[in-house]
Amino acid sequence: MSTKEYIPTYVGTITKYVFIDSPDVTPQTLAIRAYEISDGLMIKETCFGLQVTGDPEKVKKLITELRTVDPAHIFVKDRGFPPGDPRRCRANLGGARPGYYGHEFENGLLRFISHGLEELEKNTPPVKRLGKKKLDEGKVPLNRLVEIIKNEEA
Amino acid sequence: MAKVFIFPATSLVLSDMVERWGHEALGAATGIRERIQTASLDSPPLQMTPEDPKKGLKYAAVEVPCGVRGRMSLYGPMIEEADAAIIINDADLSFGCMGCARTNELVMFMVRQRKGMPVLDIKYPQTDDEGVAFVTQIKEFLTGLEGESDE
Repeated sequence: MSTKEYIPTYVGTITKYVFIDSPDVTPQTLAIRAYEISDGLMIKETCFGLQVTGDPEKVKKLITELRTVDPAHIFVKDRGFPPGDPRRCRANLGGARPGYYGHEFENGLLRFISHGLEELEKNTPPVKRLGKKKLDEGKVPLNRLVEIIKNEEA
Repeated sequence: MAKVFIFPATSLVLSDMVERWGHEALGAATGIRERIQTASLDSPPLQMTPEDPKKGLKYAAVEVPCGVRGRMSLYGPMIEEADAAIIINDADLSFGCMGCARTNELVMFMVRQRKGMPVLDIKYPQTDDEGVAFVTQIKEFLTGLEGESDE
């Protein structure tokens, strides 16, 4: 065991994987969308999607926005290590990144999960949303008001 | 918002489902991040410190390989902290060396030992229909948790 002092980097940040398994959206499209709304976050494009690192609140906001692109085909997961960490980066280790095999296995099942999410979406009754109150709501209609005025005049 | 322990602790699908429906997933990344971002003596590759196997003694006896104790120092506190748990039972991907295998057994044992903690046992889907059942079951389970925490 080395006794070198360990000075952590990216303290206070979080890193999230964004996996995309969609027939319509590519990782590149998603990356461009993420760059557009990145707000100072570090974004790394990968073959399966993205890695996003930064302030927890900002990352959460970005993920919420990215999910709207294709909700049933985008999957998000936490990552403990920041991108490029020499303990995990393939550039330093060679071969597949540890954890890759787990992702590879679950990626093969994502189509079933996506189907499940789409079906669930179809079967869920739409949530009733309350619209804004109209300015003339509950008031006498304009033509009725004109009619009353005319009657008064007569 | 409830804290949900997930097994396999590295599962992409489970972390996504838990976060998608507004809860916090407790998985390996949560514990690892805490260690990665804490200044200490360098101990590659996992930033496990020599203190971790000692902390793991709370969960596994000293005769147990230190790999199990080291892993339990990561998962043990999360299981204690969790409000609920989701377990995928046929997860071959979490099987590894003897340390991993024994830790998995201990983790599942600990989860089931916690009285009063809701646990969802589930299997990976292999067809479209199973996919629908998988997602529906998880959603119902997580929605139920929300109801409990609101009361």
